[in-house]
Amino acid sequence: MSLDKNGIAKRIAQELQDGYYVNLGIGIPTLVANYIPEGMEVTLHSENGLLGIGPFPKKENVDADLINAGKQTVTYIDGASFFDSAESFGMIRGGHVDLTVLGAFEVSETGDISSWKVPGKLVKGMGGAMDLVAAAKNIIVAMQHTDRDGNSKLLKKCTLPLTGVKCVKKIVTDLAVLEVTGDAFKLLERAPGVTVEEIKKATEGTLIIEGEIPEMNI
Amino acid sequence: MRKVVNNAQEAIVGIKDGMTLMLGGFGLCGIPENCLDALVDTEVKGLTCISNNAGIDNVGLGKLLRKSQVKKMMSSYIGENKEFERQMFSGELEVELIPQGTLAERIRAGGAGIPAFFVPAGYGTEVQGDKEVREFNGKMHVMEMGLRADFAIVKAWKGDTAGNLIYRHTANNFNNMMAAAGIITIAEVEELVPAGELDPNCIHTPGIFVQRIFQGVDYKKQIEFVTTSE
Repeated sequence: MSLDKNGIAKRIAQELQDGYYVNLGIGIPTLVANYIPEGMEVTLHSENGLLGIGPFPKKENVDADLINAGKQTVTYIDGASFFDSAESFGMIRGGHVDLTVLGAFEVSETGDISSWKVPGKLVKGMGGAMDLVAAAKNIIVAMQHTDRDGNSKLLKKCTLPLTGVKCVKKIVTDLAVLEVTGDAFKLLERAPGVTVEEIKKATEGTLIIEGEIPEMNI
Repeated sequence: MRKVVNNAQEAIVGIKDGMTLMLGGFGLCGIPENCLDALVDTEVKGLTCISNNAGIDNVGLGKLLRKSQVKKMMSSYIGENKEFERQMFSGELEVELIPQGTLAERIRAGGAGIPAFFVPAGYGTEVQGDKEVREFNGKMHVMEMGLRADFAIVKAWKGDTAGNLIYRHTANNFNNMMAAAGIITIAEVEELVPAGELDPNCIHTPGIFVQRIFQGVDYKKQIEFVTTSE
């Protein structure tokens, strides 16, 4: 059984460590916030100028001056801080944010990522994605292993315009957890019930399989 | 008191065809609503607008776009704006997409007198273009230029007659850097108080960066995506 979006988020949450500052992108990455282990201190960064994102507000507490990078209304936790966009990206560029989780259209075996533009389709802009992938200390990509037509999204070479080069370290898909070694995808874990053969078939890029591949523990 | 003007109409005097403007805000959060409305009421056109986003249809910068007053947008993300899309596809509107952190830093650098700097963002992508690249500490970087504007228009929560500004929550975003990068900076604030009433320890934008200030009226503060926990 391949994982659903929440399953992917749940597996990524296992990568969190106590004391981490984390930037979560829009989509599946946002769901990771729901699975932060009890008692673990993780501070969420929003690139529009908030460190310490809290849960979505109750209806009566909605505040137009308090949004996340997806322009959704949010709250802030005790110990939060606000700052301008230059300082916010300084936190990312300066390596102060421990982990960035974001989605992608494609990832290459060398760690290149395409996530912002599909030629011929409407281009809305890269937002902060290029800054995040070029400078973040550690990047995990959350995405489906294949597109709707079954084509692999883990490629030898990205076909879409790039967001960044040689930057992705780890990928969590509906089928597997993979490390990007620099010239290949190394299979680390399988989704519950998914076989190595299925993962091989769904991966176009070079896949390294060493020994027994364990099932994810989620 | 010399910085205080009565309203948005007075504040925008001198903005002419073909000028470059910076407009604060992230999405619809912290946008200078009063000045945007006042600009829509003028016939000024051919503007280059530097703003992280471009409003939404008929809100914020979307209004200026609808009246075809904008020639070029410099933004990181366009957002939900059909008229913008139409003008971009038809070629009426020139669009330069800039990574958000690079855009923020270009504005900061411009205001701080730094003509150019190197960042890793965009290396190996179409953003790199024919810009100079250099390796620092084993990593490739792209040279980016500081940005200034004829007018920067920012929105703050509180301001005083000396031009000092305080922002509220995430409504700071691009406003603080833009204030320093305008040759003339206009600040519209929700509450304008006499100099001395704001705690100098809590000022975000020192008054030196602000040339004109006024208390705005009728803030709509529209929200793009109201998201609640139940």
